[in-house]
Order: sequence, then C-alpha cells, then structure tokens
Amino acid sequence: MILKTTLYGLKTAVKGLLLTVRHFFAAGKKRENLDIRSDNYFDQQQGTVTIQFPKQKMPLPEVARYQLDVEIADCIVCDLCAKACPVDCIAIESIKSPDVIGKTSDGSVKRLYAEKFEIDMAKCMYCGLCTVVCPTECITMTDQYDRTTTKLTDLIYGFGEMSDKEIAQRKEEWTRFQAEKEAAKTKK
Amino acid sequence: MHELLSHIIPPFAIFIFIAGFTLFAVYAERKIAGFVQDRLGPNETGKYGSLQTIADILKLLQKEFITPTVADKVLFALAPIVIFIAVYIGFSVIPWAPGFSPANTHTGLFFIMAVISIDALGILMAGWGSNNKYSLLGSIRAIAQMLSYEIPIGLSLIAVVMLSQTLNLNDIAFNQGILATEDIKFIGIWRVNEIGGLLAWNIFQAPHLLFVYVIFFIATLAECNRAPFDIPEAESELIGGFHTEYGGIRFAFVFLAEYAMMFLVSMLGAVLFLGAWNTPLPNIGALQLATWTTGLYWGIFWTLFKSVIIVGVQMWIRWTLPRFRADQLMNLCWKILIPTAFVGMAISGLWRILVMV
Repeated sequence: MILKTTLYGLKTAVKGLLLTVRHFFAAGKKRENLDIRSDNYFDQQQGTVTIQFPKQKMPLPEVARYQLDVEIADCIVCDLCAKACPVDCIAIESIKSPDVIGKTSDGSVKRLYAEKFEIDMAKCMYCGLCTVVCPTECITMTDQYDRTTTKLTDLIYGFGEMSDKEIAQRKEEWTRFQAEKEAAKTKK
Repeated sequence: MHELLSHIIPPFAIFIFIAGFTLFAVYAERKIAGFVQDRLGPNETGKYGSLQTIADILKLLQKEFITPTVADKVLFALAPIVIFIAVYIGFSVIPWAPGFSPANTHTGLFFIMAVISIDALGILMAGWGSNNKYSLLGSIRAIAQMLSYEIPIGLSLIAVVMLSQTLNLNDIAFNQGILATEDIKFIGIWRVNEIGGLLAWNIFQAPHLLFVYVIFFIATLAECNRAPFDIPEAESELIGGFHTEYGGIRFAFVFLAEYAMMFLVSMLGAVLFLGAWNTPLPNIGALQLATWTTGLYWGIFWTLFKSVIIVGVQMWIRWTLPRFRADQLMNLCWKILIPTAFVGMAISGLWRILVMV
C-alpha cells in the first residue's frame, strides 16, 4: 500500500518536474499576444506572461470601466449618484435657481447649479451604480486607470466648474428670489 | 608565521566563497522561480536584476537588532551564530581538488555528520529563544525532521564507506578517477584505472549506489529544510517558522546557513557518489581527455560545476513540488527511505565480499 503510494508519488513528481523544466526553458520567449479578445489568446501556453507595466500596457476594450468622469454640462444635479453610491464617495452640493438654466444634450431641464461635485477616487470601489442611476448619463466610467499620485487628496476629482464669485452670485440670486416671494406672499 | 597564515586563509576564503555563493544562489533561485512560473523574476536592479541580492544584503546589514521583550536574549542572539557555524565547519574537510582540501582528516565523513547535527541545536535555540508559538512549532518540526532524516543519510553514507573502506573524504575522492591508488572497476568487472572519467565514479563502480544516491539526495533535501520538506518554515502555516522573529544581519546569517547547507550537501553528494573533483571525460585511446582535465584548477572547476548543478536541481524541485504534510514526511522517512537504505547497505556489503574481492 505505502509502496504503491510512494511509487505513484515518485511518478507524479517526475511528471511535475518535466512540466516545470519545460516552462523554465521556454522563459526566454515572451507571450506576444496581450489582447484577450483575440481568438488564439489561450493557445499560447509557453513564455513569460509578466507585463512590465509602465513600459507596456494591456489593450483595453472600449467599454472598459475604470475611473469616473462627469460631463458637468449634462448634469441636472439630481444627487441620485451620490445616493446610490455604496461607499459615499460622491459629494454634491447644489444651488437652486429661480429660472430654468438650460437643457442638457438629451433634453432634460436643468434647474439646479452644481456648487460642488466631487468624487473621491480613493474611496470608489468601481461598482458603477452611479452610472446606472444617472438619468442623463452624464456620469460615466472611462478607460483611464493609471493616475498615480503621491498625495491622497489628488485623488479627489472636482467636476464643479463654478468659481467662488459665481457661487456667491447665484446664492444671492436665490435668496433675493425667495425674499421677493415672501414679500409677495405677505402683501396678499 | 607561514603556518599561521595557512590556518587563517582557508577559513576566510571559505567564508567569502559561502557569502558570494549565497548572493548568487538567491538570485538564481528567484530567477528559476520566476521562469518556472512564467514570470520574469528580479529584473529592475542592475542588468537583468543581477544586483538585486547585493541590494538585499545591504538593506539587511543596515537594519536594527530587534529582540522581542520576552525572548530569551542569550539564546536568541546565539542561535544564528550556532546555525551558521555548524554548517561552516562542515566545509573544513571536503576536498576541492587533488590534495587541496582545508583539512585532511581520516574521519572526515564522520566529522561532517557530527557537526551538521549541531545545526538542529541551533534551530531549537532559535525557536525556543524567540518565545513565539510559531517559531517554537517550526523548530520542533525541524528537530523531528532533521533527526529522522539523519538516519537514511547515515545509512547511505555507510553504503559508500563499505565500498571505499575509509572515512577520509580525500581518499574517497582519489579512488574515483585516474589518480586512484587502488584497483577501481566499472560495474565491478572492467578495470578503469587508466580510463577514468565518468566510468570511475562511485555510482558506476557499483550501480546500486545510484539508488542510494537518490535516497541520499531526498534525505539531504529534508536535512536542509528545503521544499518539499520545508515544514519547519512553512510560510503559509507558520509565518517564517523558526526564524520568524529574526531580522537584519541575524536573519542574513540564518539565510546564509541555509544556502551554505545546500551547497555543502550537494558537494558531499558529489564527493561520495559523483566522483568528487574527478572529470567526467574518460581517456579514449590517444584522446587523453581525463588526463588533460585533471589538476588543481580543473578539480576546483569540476567540484563547483557538479555542486552547482545539484543545487540547481534542488531549486528546480523546490519550485515544482508542494510541501509534505508532517505525517507524510515521517512515513516517507521511516517506512520507505530507511528500509531502502538498509537494502542498499546490504547490497554494498555483498558487493564488497562477492564482487570486489
């Protein structure tokens, strides 16, 4: 019994050793075909697979889903993405506007200014829920994944485009509008 | 003065050789590991990563001595020294070339077995001194393993000594080539004193030694705590085993001892079975290959060549086979290797009486 096990062990050990030595001598070659979409990708079993990252990159599909990007002109500041985010990495603050501001490219009406629209990529877990709930599809995942930085705060991406002056102005407009409305109400 | 120098230079030379070999072997090991697993291995530090191990050792040398608060300070500090010295002394009796060995003693083989056993003591000191359950478990496993596997090693050595009738490693080496002082016969029939080469090696003088060599090789793998017998430092279960708590230069010495041990057992195997410093090329008529490739420098070259190849095989095995379980390890030793080694020893005895008369 134990003799049989040992002989079997020796036999399989030799088999394994022959397998590894084949890989050892094939290590001079590199696997050239890096694109997993090509038909013969899995035919290559010999050669090193290491990708020397900054010097060499894997081809990505067009639908690659990496870091988030916001087309702020299309954003209606509905805050749905921030509510959907499981890790709360999106921070949005809005200012109401007395009138319709404009229309997005798909025809939705914009009534809010985006005072602040920040995404903390360090917290993001790339689940893509924010892109699903977005009614105007202005928040998307891009094929950018390499934004190495030495400062953690560099990973907080700000998409709001309003200057401090503009923010103050819009806030003031809204307070004035509300005050006027109050005044009209009390007059009646 | 002259005599004093001759006592000082060899130990220094051997130490420098061990250090240099370890740097090379660690690099080779990482490269082999990479290639076997279809990776590249170290390739950023220097050309093809060749300066990687030098950078590693410089880092280790700069590190602080850290002793755990509850550790046994004396044992903890002494253990790496004991482990290294046990292996280091082993090098003192192994011949490198014809008449070129640090010490020519009549009991060289016995001496090696005696000092290598001290290694187990050092490992126990390291494990106990660390006062860490993983270290202690690792060293307990190491002791159990090393003590068990010394028996098949001893038995396979006896199989050789029965044929060579000497414990002097120099004499064993001489009688495996064209410089033999006794009659040597290929498979016990054909006198090959003048032909030498491959045919005069111990494993070809008595073919059953080939199987004994396999036993010796497996058992020495276990003796150096190398995979697939690396349960004393099983990374996935015991963190680092007996050297978990070590860092800096102390860890470097434990590491140095491991690689020195690999080279030592490879060299011992080469001396006992694979013709020591004798050339593998035989004399064929006018083509005196064996005579041309025997000498001081050739001897050193062949010793290094054979040992490095065996070390390479050890690494190859390490990156192929998974680790043994403790009970499988003991089964292999006590139920397979020791009985087989006994059979080898018995055949050696019969061979000596019936064939070598």
